[in-house]
Amino acid sequence: MKYLDEFRDGRLAQGLAARIRREIEPDRRYALMEFCGGHTHAICRYGIEDLLPAEVRLIHGPGCPVCVLPSGRLQAAIDLVERERVILCSYGDLLRVPGAQGDTLLKAKARGADVRMVYSVSDALEIARAQPDRSVVFFAIGFETTTPPTAVVLRQARREELGNFSVYCNHVLTPPALRALLATDFSSPHQEAATRGAGVVNGFIGPAHVSTIIGTRAYEFVATEYRRPLVIAGFEPLDVLQSILMLVRQLNAGEVRVENEYTRAVGAEGNRKAQQLMEEVFEIRPSFEWRGLGELPNSALAIRPEFADWDAERRFAVPAIQASDHKACACGEVLRGVKRPEECKVFATACTPDHPLGSCMVSAEGACAAHYHYGRFRQAVAS
Amino acid sequence: MSSRREAYARKLDLARGCVEIGHGGGGRAMAQLIEELFLAAFDNDWLRAQDDCARLTVPTGRLVMATDSHVVSPLFFPGGDIGCLSVHGTLNDVAMAGARPLYLAAGFILEEGFPLADLKRIVESMARAARDAEVPIVTGDTKVVERGKGDGVFITTTGIGVIPAGVDISANRARPGDAVLLSGSLGEHGMAVLAQRENLSFDAPIESDSAALHGLVATMVTAVPDIHCLRDPTRGGLSSALNEIARQSGVGMRLREAAIPVKEPVRALCEFLGLDPLYVANEGKLLAICPAEAADTLLAAMRAHPLGREATLIGEVVADPHGFVEMETVFGGRRLVDWLSGEQLPRIC
Ligand code: SF4
Repeated sequence: MKYLDEFRDGRLAQGLAARIRREIEPDRRYALMEFCGGHTHAICRYGIEDLLPAEVRLIHGPGCPVCVLPSGRLQAAIDLVERERVILCSYGDLLRVPGAQGDTLLKAKARGADVRMVYSVSDALEIARAQPDRSVVFFAIGFETTTPPTAVVLRQARREELGNFSVYCNHVLTPPALRALLATDFSSPHQEAATRGAGVVNGFIGPAHVSTIIGTRAYEFVATEYRRPLVIAGFEPLDVLQSILMLVRQLNAGEVRVENEYTRAVGAEGNRKAQQLMEEVFEIRPSFEWRGLGELPNSALAIRPEFADWDAERRFAVPAIQASDHKACACGEVLRGVKRPEECKVFATACTPDHPLGSCMVSAEGACAAHYHYGRFRQAVAS
Repeated sequence: MSSRREAYARKLDLARGCVEIGHGGGGRAMAQLIEELFLAAFDNDWLRAQDDCARLTVPTGRLVMATDSHVVSPLFFPGGDIGCLSVHGTLNDVAMAGARPLYLAAGFILEEGFPLADLKRIVESMARAARDAEVPIVTGDTKVVERGKGDGVFITTTGIGVIPAGVDISANRARPGDAVLLSGSLGEHGMAVLAQRENLSFDAPIESDSAALHGLVATMVTAVPDIHCLRDPTRGGLSSALNEIARQSGVGMRLREAAIPVKEPVRALCEFLGLDPLYVANEGKLLAICPAEAADTLLAAMRAHPLGREATLIGEVVADPHGFVEMETVFGGRRLVDWLSGEQLPRIC
């Protein structure tokens, strides 16, 4: 496992942290947003914040696919599996995400719905092949990373004319979400007040896995239009530290560029083949609701008409449900980096990983869950 | 003994036969299953008496009793099966009181249609595990449920044992300053089962660490009779075991991530699936908490035993009203090692 050890070397980390401490300018503040839940997880799991000077502040962004799924879409899936008696296959974390009034797929399963946890979309296809007399729906979520495998399976299902398989598509796109974050420009006085001092995001730590698909070029607008540096970083803790150092250097030098720390996996153009595949199977939805960010134009994918027979939304007339989140829930603000998880009134009291009120407390990549699991002792010390 | 056995018209077809409803019905078919399969495998004086109970001679002292039901899927996995697991699991529960296990009882719930050949494999594996552990299975029970109402085989085992004089081991005895020791690397059982269940194949398959630990425990209590706590980190892994002890003793813990051994294949698979080895089940490892001054002696005793060869000091008990289990990461940062919430699930992104 040399590969992993290289990126988790404690001494290297200490060295990098020392360099960051040396290079920061004391009167400057470095508010850096990690877009991706994978980074949030790594930061909390390895206690990276403990290594950083006070001037560097990490702000968690909306990059957790489970967290950004609006409760209405989740509730629609619960309705679908209960009404149509399909086999609904989903990734594990989704089972615990609250839909309307705290209902979850896990509760539906306990009530008798056939909800199955799978590790990959091809497992769902396998179930459809094995049970031709049952209708199998795959609950697809995720950013650009998980989209190509869904495309592959949809093509496969069409090739096999597998009539009992379909996909409930909830794939979303990273750049529009970044754009939405940047458009709520933190510099206007109104926004400054609204963000209660969460304030300006000075730079971004860009997604790892997503970027292997879409490449670095997809983020150029962050630098050119919004004048913020962005460094694409791998998910290993050393990657995160290295990218923080790169951002600090850009900010010190007054530079605004898209840089790539994750060169071992990411190129400028990304993975052409995967992009073509997505292009062939999916089209862009004019608008899609994100939890926390609201309706965002051109921010999600739908299945193309050529694959209509395998599109669960067309097949079952999945209802568009407007479900509102729990009153006390601050997930939206947490997802926009406006509030820290601890600032939510119900954090670690009414809302815990065992009884999540909001989606950010569910997946290991959710900011609230990461703070709860790995960082609760800090809060205890503070209180 | 053989004279008492009934001569059945035809022998049980252990190669091609299946469990039938009649095998749990209390009649001749059940008697035949018990004689030709269970008795043949577990054979001992208590079972041969064929009573509904076993009369046991027990030494004086404090008795320990533990029971555990086993429902693992798949039933067979690299390094073990539900049979040996059902023996090891209960023996280890008894051993974690510092006790010497004496006897085992076993209850089987079989699903109609389950292949007798698989059942034979399981029963023989149980018999081997019990024999190796030198703990006889002295009584048992068999029930058959209709097809579709069970998952092949469920096994419940109960064990009793006796605690040596001068030993007082309990999860409420951890004290600030105590040392936390771990007998070996984490996560092999859980990942072996998961890899098998999900059909994830690797060059070197991960084998379950399933093992009976009472021999190791005997060595340990001889070397350091004042061990404060013992726990086998099974379901919920190391983190749950430590959080339980922390709560019961009203203390906190400080661990060092760099000191916690995890073998490469386990680490790689955990990484691949987005799981944390601290939460993955083990079936042949134990945690020990002892006074700091006894730590070196206990560590040496553990390392002298084949099942404790990789024993390490992983941290210490601290005073903490919150009962937090904290860990210094390999990076020098701090994190909480929290209870598992729900089930550990692989990540999406
Ligand atoms: S604590 Fe719960 S309700 Fe509050 S923001 Fe986090 S997930 Fe949402």
